[in-house]
Amino acid sequence: MSDHESDQGGHHPRPLSQAALRAKAIESLLVEKGLLASDAIDRVVEIYEKDVGPLNGAKVVARAWCDPGYKRRLLKDGTAAIAELGFGGLQGEHMVVIENTPKVHNVVCCTLCSCYPWPVLGLPPTWYKSLAYRSRIVREPRAVLRELGLELPESVEIRVWDSSAEIRYMVLPQRPAATADLTEAELASLITRDSLIGVARVEAP
Amino acid sequence: MEHYDRLFGNAGYIARRIAADVSGPAAIPRRNGEPVFNEPWESRVFGAAVALCEQGLFEWDEFRERLIAEIASADAQATDSARPPLAYYEHFLAALERLLVDKGVCAGAEIQQRIKLESGEQHDHD
Repeated sequence: MSDHESDQGGHHPRPLSQAALRAKAIESLLVEKGLLASDAIDRVVEIYEKDVGPLNGAKVVARAWCDPGYKRRLLKDGTAAIAELGFGGLQGEHMVVIENTPKVHNVVCCTLCSCYPWPVLGLPPTWYKSLAYRSRIVREPRAVLRELGLELPESVEIRVWDSSAEIRYMVLPQRPAATADLTEAELASLITRDSLIGVARVEAP
Repeated sequence: MEHYDRLFGNAGYIARRIAADVSGPAAIPRRNGEPVFNEPWESRVFGAAVALCEQGLFEWDEFRERLIAEIASADAQATDSARPPLAYYEHFLAALERLLVDKGVCAGAEIQQRIKLESGEQHDHD
């Protein structure tokens, strides 16, 4: 896996800090010594991200599902609409939200590195930064999505959005059928990180 | 908190210890009750510490002792009492590094060498 995060092509505004380098050095030593698997770290972080509160992006999507005015604002100016809910900041300055429809499915990546909207999606999973995902999702999105467990009918067009330092994308997934009775908070609890990247659907409870 | 145990075995215990430690000097910086990672490396180092503890490489208290020491030493040196929240994970990282060296898992020189290597790789991409 090529997990470089150097200042390249304007994707990163600055090189890795000393602390980031140090952390990376220690992690790679531990992996090399067989003491630590990258997946083990992912699992820990995911628990903290999931259990310690719903993802901010999930709240944004649930609001958009319940409030058509908010949805219009969100699709028109993602950054501003997301800021209405109090989310924003580093890596979330220029958000564009793209809507899934019965005809079009959107998926987000960063082909050059691992640009990711931290304020709404939390921290990127390791697979998102992997060379395999970054290189293949553009070339063969349908196959990659299938491997990640999302089978889309041939009739559905797949659009791949390549994030950069300038623009960070988030997917507005389709609201599942038979959820008319759910509250906004209940809806938010259904929405997963993967559905906001576009590698999963939101399932009804 | 039971779901921690179901999901995570021993780390469920560790997670509860961390969650219970919300007001002491070793508390995770939180915003509205949620842990806050400012940069990806912070979550990696956080995740690494918890995962290593889960695997029994050390007791959480051994790590926490060093974390408290790191924070206390920085506090003593700080001329400004308003420490930015980012500094927390720098202490976290320093504590983990110190623990790994104390335990004989990594040598200090080995870490220095790897840092050089990583920073060299970075420049190669420029």
